[in-house]
Amino acid sequence: MSEAMLPAVGTARRVRREGLWARKSVRQKVYSYVALAVILVGSVILMMPFLWMVSTSFKTDAQLRLIPPVWIPNPITIENFTKGLTILPFGLFFKNTLIITLGATVGNVLSSSFCAFGFARLRGIGRDFWFYILLATMMLPGQVTMIPVYLIFQKIGWLNTFKPLIVPAFFGGPFSIFLVRQFYMTHPLELDDAARIDGCGYFAIYWRLMLPLSRPVMAALAIFGFIGNWNDFFGPLIYITDQHKFTVPLALSFFQSTPTYTGHLNWLMAGSLVALVPCLLIFFFAQRVFIQGIVFTGVKG
Amino acid sequence: MRVALGRRYSRNYLAETAWMYFFILPWIIGFFLWTAGPMVYSIYLSFTNYEILTPPVWVGARNYVRLVSDPLFWQSLKVTMVYSFVSLPLGLFGSLAVAVLMNQKVPGMSYWRTIYYLPAVVSGVPVAILWRWLFNPDFGIINWMLWELFHIQGPMWLYSRSWVLPAFILMSLWGIGGGMVIYLAALQGVPSEIYEACELDGASATRKFLSVTMPMISPVIFFNLVMGIIGSFQVFTSSYVMTAGGPSNASLFYLLYLYRNAWQFLKMGYASALAWVLFVIIMFFTLLTFRSAGSWVYYEGAIRGR
Repeated sequence: MSEAMLPAVGTARRVRREGLWARKSVRQKVYSYVALAVILVGSVILMMPFLWMVSTSFKTDAQLRLIPPVWIPNPITIENFTKGLTILPFGLFFKNTLIITLGATVGNVLSSSFCAFGFARLRGIGRDFWFYILLATMMLPGQVTMIPVYLIFQKIGWLNTFKPLIVPAFFGGPFSIFLVRQFYMTHPLELDDAARIDGCGYFAIYWRLMLPLSRPVMAALAIFGFIGNWNDFFGPLIYITDQHKFTVPLALSFFQSTPTYTGHLNWLMAGSLVALVPCLLIFFFAQRVFIQGIVFTGVKG
Repeated sequence: MRVALGRRYSRNYLAETAWMYFFILPWIIGFFLWTAGPMVYSIYLSFTNYEILTPPVWVGARNYVRLVSDPLFWQSLKVTMVYSFVSLPLGLFGSLAVAVLMNQKVPGMSYWRTIYYLPAVVSGVPVAILWRWLFNPDFGIINWMLWELFHIQGPMWLYSRSWVLPAFILMSLWGIGGGMVIYLAALQGVPSEIYEACELDGASATRKFLSVTMPMISPVIFFNLVMGIIGSFQVFTSSYVMTAGGPSNASLFYLLYLYRNAWQFLKMGYASALAWVLFVIIMFFTLLTFRSAGSWVYYEGAIRGR
């Protein structure tokens, strides 16, 4: 306190500064330990649902409803996966989900990167007009169009097939197009000019230059597309009625309240866990792309 | 005509235009097929009585009039609004708080970030099923924890009219990691020179946070807010799977009510009217947020201006 009153002589000031720094580093340490403690408690709470899910899916029936809950099952059984997931054709549900997810994701990545090229690298009459319309449709909630779109698919007899869930993806989603366009814009236009001079057509510039250069954004698009389509529930719910064409989420929601599963919570958890595994695997193996993608879309959007 | 065009635009430019349309054509076709056409049709349907088996019958504004006196419409609106106006601010402050904590040079930050982000990666039906059982009043771990830690007899959660929405809100907070990652990136993007300048001027930590951090990350908060508003009006899977709107419609989210009208009662006309009201509500709140943005969102023009 009194130091502050001293005339600002060189030495006095230096002493004061050092004191400040020293105090600050102690303080900083205390802060970061307190922060660490809070984060630790938070992470335990956040992980608990996962832990309970994993442990329940390895429990025998007798351990299901015990209080306090059994965290490490004893005995551990894998019957929930072998029996619980074969009593219904979960393999088939997986295959269905995979077909839809891969089809829709590939469609979206291809078409969005294609359309984005037109918006980002070419000039033309009316381009900005269409781009504003694209921006406007990004704000449009899908609920406004879903009833007529459903009726269209009904008219052309596509109900109860995978087509309504895959085909629209080949027309490019506004959000993905916007995302890829923003990424294309970061490459200098001289690249295109150089390619033109070397005799490349526009399609070659797209296919041989822009696509390879834009791998990170394609990866992000593919990952988010995969996860979004894999978890999609509303689409399959309204379009698919035949049980042999069920996706995993649809099957889980349909059977969760049947006696087969309400009596066997462990089977249900095993099924849910398996349904989550693809997304978790993608997350762990592509974490960097993933988080970059989130940040990119979040900050730029 | 050709001559006139030729005079105004060079040949190259016309060729480039043609190529541009070649590239954006899939989207334009998709726009008419899946967006513009359906929108027009949907407006028309909202003025008709259409139950799929018989052709649509024009009824004028009757769907909209009926909507005003439909108690379930008001109930679903109330449920959705209460959910958004509680879960959105809580989620916003929660994820911002976690991001600030993680920004304190905590050891092992990338691991913590992974753990916090993990719940935001998973979504949909499996998660809804999981939470349905976590909230089980008899042997769910939430009530068990309340009892172990605070000796509180937990509520009936999904079986109680007054606790079902708090349960949904609690569940939504599990995903705060999604916002956290974005805020964390924003926090790390604030230039450290500004903080150093503040320290030299003797600013307190609170002052620094309020006068530097908040303005610098306000665009990101704004973005998350808009997305959050739009997202919370589109809650469907969890309410369908966990409670089916119950008990006695206490968790009848708007989209669930729309779904029921369209695909269970097959009232496509009435459901279209519901969809348009939803559209107007979302637009209203989005525009309101945009309008208010000028007064609290700070854009550092020189860097971010585009």
